[in-house]
Amino acid sequence: MLIEFIPVLVLFALATAIAVIALVLPAFLGPRRPSRAKIETYESGKLPYGDARYKVPIGYYKIALLFVIFDLEVIFFYPWAVVLRQLHVFGLIEMGIFTALLVVGYVYEWKKGGFEME
Amino acid sequence: MRPQLPTLDLVPLYPLLVVTGWAVLVLLADLFVQHKRALGYLALTGVIVAAVVTVALWPGVPTSFQNMAISDGQALFFNLVFLVTGALGLLVAIEYLERKDLQRGEYYALLMFSLAGMIAMAAAEDLLIVFLGLEMMSVALYVLSGSNQRDMSSIEAAMKYFILGSFASAFFLYGIALTYAAAGSTNLAQIGSWLSGRGIPKDPVALTGLSLLLVGFGFKVALVPFHWWTPDVYQGAPTSVTAFMSVGAKAAGFATLTRVLYSAFSPTFTTDWVTVAAVLAAVTMTFGNLAALVQRDVKRLLGYSSIAHAGYVLVGIAAASPVGVRGMLFYILAYAFMTAGAFAVACAVERREQSTTTLADYAGLAQRSPLLAAAMLLFMLSLIGIPPLIGFWSKLFVFRAAVEANLAWLAVLGVLNSALSAYYYAGVVVQMYLREPGRSPAEEVAFRPWRSALAVAVFLAAAATVVLGLWPGAVVNLLMGV
Repeated sequence: MLIEFIPVLVLFALATAIAVIALVLPAFLGPRRPSRAKIETYESGKLPYGDARYKVPIGYYKIALLFVIFDLEVIFFYPWAVVLRQLHVFGLIEMGIFTALLVVGYVYEWKKGGFEME
Repeated sequence: MRPQLPTLDLVPLYPLLVVTGWAVLVLLADLFVQHKRALGYLALTGVIVAAVVTVALWPGVPTSFQNMAISDGQALFFNLVFLVTGALGLLVAIEYLERKDLQRGEYYALLMFSLAGMIAMAAAEDLLIVFLGLEMMSVALYVLSGSNQRDMSSIEAAMKYFILGSFASAFFLYGIALTYAAAGSTNLAQIGSWLSGRGIPKDPVALTGLSLLLVGFGFKVALVPFHWWTPDVYQGAPTSVTAFMSVGAKAAGFATLTRVLYSAFSPTFTTDWVTVAAVLAAVTMTFGNLAALVQRDVKRLLGYSSIAHAGYVLVGIAAASPVGVRGMLFYILAYAFMTAGAFAVACAVERREQSTTTLADYAGLAQRSPLLAAAMLLFMLSLIGIPPLIGFWSKLFVFRAAVEANLAWLAVLGVLNSALSAYYYAGVVVQMYLREPGRSPAEEVAFRPWRSALAVAVFLAAAATVVLGLWPGAVVNLLMGV
């Protein structure tokens, strides 16, 4: 039974090897000409400013959390939409219940002022 | 190609659906109702409806939802325990929150959601449903423990409970993964038939999975050495939350632990988990009682006492017999009334500006509030195991099961532990009846026996402790059908 997992082991070995090679080889082969722009923190193209550890308004946290919740909802919609025709009314009702429960959360959040940024 | 649609036989899950639906209702009502106290009564109505539905389903129905859920006698019995706990927890909370100025709608909704998680756990026939229920229950309890945001110890309790609880969930998930790897299924019955079909030699992967699952359960029901969070969380959380979670979470943990051990890991692994359960039971009883001896804080004392009682319950599981299971079920019912009742009294005695009660707060309670003191006396005596209260029978049943299962040493240790526990329970009684009240008496002087929800909760728990103690046959007959 364990023999079936040999490919997984091979994959592990290959992945480790590639990672090590990608890190070690350039250190020996590549030229090193550091400049200010090169060693600066990479911020996806934005110019970095200040320290990473500073106070963030708690409102962002709330919004981020809500975003994650409603984003996940959409993930459930995709596979459902693909097989909707086969699922017929059953699927429609199921998704209806799912969405209704989410709407409850949405309404609750709204009424309680969860979308206000202070 | 038409996908195979699941068949929906919702009947066995009616209790769960009622509680979940009602929780949503309470949540929505919170938006429009100004008088939050009414929400407590709304939730209470839901709990009563769910209890009626549970009784109507008796004596249980076969598995449903593609064998993922089961509502047999055991699940329904546990449902009743949860619902009784929920009802007591709500009654206590309605008044306690009012006094502490913590009255908020989400408290009741969260309590209902947590209740739904517990019911899902008891009805689970699949490890994934167990996990789903476990998380539903736990996440709601984490928030409830921190519901007193003005109190640092409440926040600390929530944080500790959350971190250690998540840690335990990780162990639990790892256990599920390894069990799945070994048996190729997450269905408890299928795991059981696969593992016993494989026979000897035992699968080391399954054994590791079993150990990890036991660690996860150990955290949730607070077995030594996985109990460190318990006293802090029970002490820091608002007392009404402690009353609910000290019983509900433990009962739910034991409900699933029994099912996992008896149906998935029997008979091939029975000897293994019997040994582990017996040792854990011995250590848990002894440590819980020893630690309780030195407590000055009553919530902490009851926290350690609840650890000790988890040990006694585990004795019934270690017996690995139908008698043991019935003893365990009886014990949990008894524990629900005794412990929820004791915490309800603690709620009544607690001062407005404090979040806990010391032994000194109970000094002279018998003079100030004779009924309350009498109820506490009943709970303490029952927790010791004095006949004819319910606590006596519960201990008798689990210890007898242990003796029948050739675990006489465990039964002897249990009896010795009960004697040991008498010391600290009696300590509370001594404070109430033999000490003079302190200079500034605690606040329960305003306690009006027949006009408060809290008093109703205390009365119900005390009545059950006495009545079921005098007529244990009623419950035993019920359990014979499980």
